[in-house]
Amino acid sequence: MLTLGALDADTLRRQLARGLTLSAGPFRFRVQSSMPCVGSGLARLYTAFPVEPDAGFRDFHVAVHRVAGPRRWLRPQVNFHLDGHAPFRPLPAAQAFAMLEWGMNWCIAGQAHHYLLLHAAALERHGRAVILPGDPGAGKSTLTAALMLSGWRLLSDELAMIDRDDGLAVALARPVSLKNQSIEIIRSFDRGAVIGEIARDTHKGTVSHLRPSADSVARMHEKARPAHIVFPRWKAGAEPSLRPRAKADAFMHTASHAFNYSLLGRLGFDLNAALTDACDCWDFEYSKLDDALRTFAELAT
Amino acid sequence: MLLRALREPASMAGFDAEAWDLVARQARSAGLLGRLGALAREAGIEDSVPQPVQRHLEAQLTIAGQQQRAVRWELLQLTRALAEIEGPVLLLKGAAYAAAGLPPAAGRLFGDIDLLVPKSQIDAAEAALMLDGWVGGQRSAYDQRYYRQWMHEIPPMTHIRRQTVLDLHHNILPETARIRTRPDLILASAQMLPEHPRFSIPAPDDLVLHSATHLFHEGEWQHGLRDLADLDALLRARGGEPQHWDRLLARAELLNLGRPLFYGLRYCQQLLSTPLPAGLLERCPGRPGARAAAAMDVLFIPALATLHPSCRQPGSGFAAWALYVRSHWLRMPPHLLLPHLAQKFWQTHMSERFAADDAAPSGRPRPGAQR
Repeated sequence: MLTLGALDADTLRRQLARGLTLSAGPFRFRVQSSMPCVGSGLARLYTAFPVEPDAGFRDFHVAVHRVAGPRRWLRPQVNFHLDGHAPFRPLPAAQAFAMLEWGMNWCIAGQAHHYLLLHAAALERHGRAVILPGDPGAGKSTLTAALMLSGWRLLSDELAMIDRDDGLAVALARPVSLKNQSIEIIRSFDRGAVIGEIARDTHKGTVSHLRPSADSVARMHEKARPAHIVFPRWKAGAEPSLRPRAKADAFMHTASHAFNYSLLGRLGFDLNAALTDACDCWDFEYSKLDDALRTFAELAT
Repeated sequence: MLLRALREPASMAGFDAEAWDLVARQARSAGLLGRLGALAREAGIEDSVPQPVQRHLEAQLTIAGQQQRAVRWELLQLTRALAEIEGPVLLLKGAAYAAAGLPPAAGRLFGDIDLLVPKSQIDAAEAALMLDGWVGGQRSAYDQRYYRQWMHEIPPMTHIRRQTVLDLHHNILPETARIRTRPDLILASAQMLPEHPRFSIPAPDDLVLHSATHLFHEGEWQHGLRDLADLDALLRARGGEPQHWDRLLARAELLNLGRPLFYGLRYCQQLLSTPLPAGLLERCPGRPGARAAAAMDVLFIPALATLHPSCRQPGSGFAAWALYVRSHWLRMPPHLLLPHLAQKFWQTHMSERFAADDAAPSGRPRPGAQR
């Protein structure tokens, strides 16, 4: 099977200019861009993703293009397009790849209502999925990256998806987004970690993305049964502590952080209730990634 | 392809993945993907649709279902806010279809709630809504004057907590429009909603007339095909009794809305194969001459094709522009129209160019950008 990483730069550039079809879990994206940095970002981070024929049904036709006009030379900008329509304001050209990633998230969050969409990361080990809802700054992405680099299978980073047909967590296996200090933390955590180009001064600060592990990509069509909901909190100097969290409280938190809880109505309530019922719910405080990995290893057994 | 799916829903069973890749996008950009979902369900062919497409159809029906719940909830809130208003409060378009469970509601998405009140009550209604937390957006003095002096509605109001948008009308056509209608007659024959007795909807004939008028006078071409599909759904639900159709024509004559009805019927029949009694169009009051009708064909049919890049053809951009101008031409006389278009051009093109550098935080959706 031809993978994106196996394409030489020229072929990739030509394919991308025409339209490159890429599967991420249940979704097929057709990505179009004439910008070299989008191509190199895809080659670096979506390396093991299969290149599919440019045909058939695609869930989302997306593109990142330069914005025309005099600013093209002065302060070049890019914009994200979904099927010819630009929902966002343009961003500086240096943020092109990040904009593609955000745009793809936006497509899923706004339209994939076949799933309960939680603002959470999800990983799997030994057939058991862990859902990590996290408030911004709780260290969710850093923890997700470290777990994945330690052998956990990444399901998804920003959007945990629960299938409404069977209640299972669905994999996307797309790159993990890292912000600010977490980029350096992950770099020193694993020297082999492949991190994309760094975009500075975005509305989220400094942003980069981490390549998903080969195992996560190879198994992106495999769902997993949720077993734990863990609310992580990074706190300087804290000893690791894992304390049960009341289910009613966990329910309220996941519901209020879901993208489509109220949109799904009764189904949203039922799905979230079944999820909280099936999972052990925990509050987890830590300061060192190694402590966190040990705790999670126990959860997976 | 999309027209074919709307005309014969059962034909969707034969669409392959390639066809869906195009039809689903055309339908989404026309605001009709939910309608396709409802039609597929009704025709019992859901299972013949490829699974990834089925998921999108289902997602659209989920959104439509949520909007219909939300509208009923809003009506409960508005019942209290508008308790003191004298005379009927009518729901129009999407909200009317949803609240009364009319055929166009199936799978239909809508952005705002349209209300019609007697003109004498418009100030009282606006004041009552403001007390209940509905605020008009920040608009320039020019926009305020445009709405209040010339239009048939006041500037849109948004609820500060629920973010619902509401359009308050006192007529279905602008004050300055070339054709005048009789909103008092529409208000007088409105039918009260049993579940929400504070609200009424227009009588069945008036719903059809308003749907056609809206389509041909508002210049909202991005919703053109959806509005035509609404009209089609209303017409199909009427049944075949000839006296019903005679009554519709008589009503069109009385309300002076024969011309928009004629065009609505004509394009429903041409594009969506809406079954109409023989000779109905010929008897329609306000029927334009053959040449005028042919000129409209040249504009209208390509303008619908601007809805999606895949169907754009040479001339469709011009057609959409010409229809935009036409809708304004019908709205106001030239001595008002020219300054208005100049002002609008300035507001949309030039002021944005000058303000480009202090754009709002990037990466956030543009106000008004929605799909």
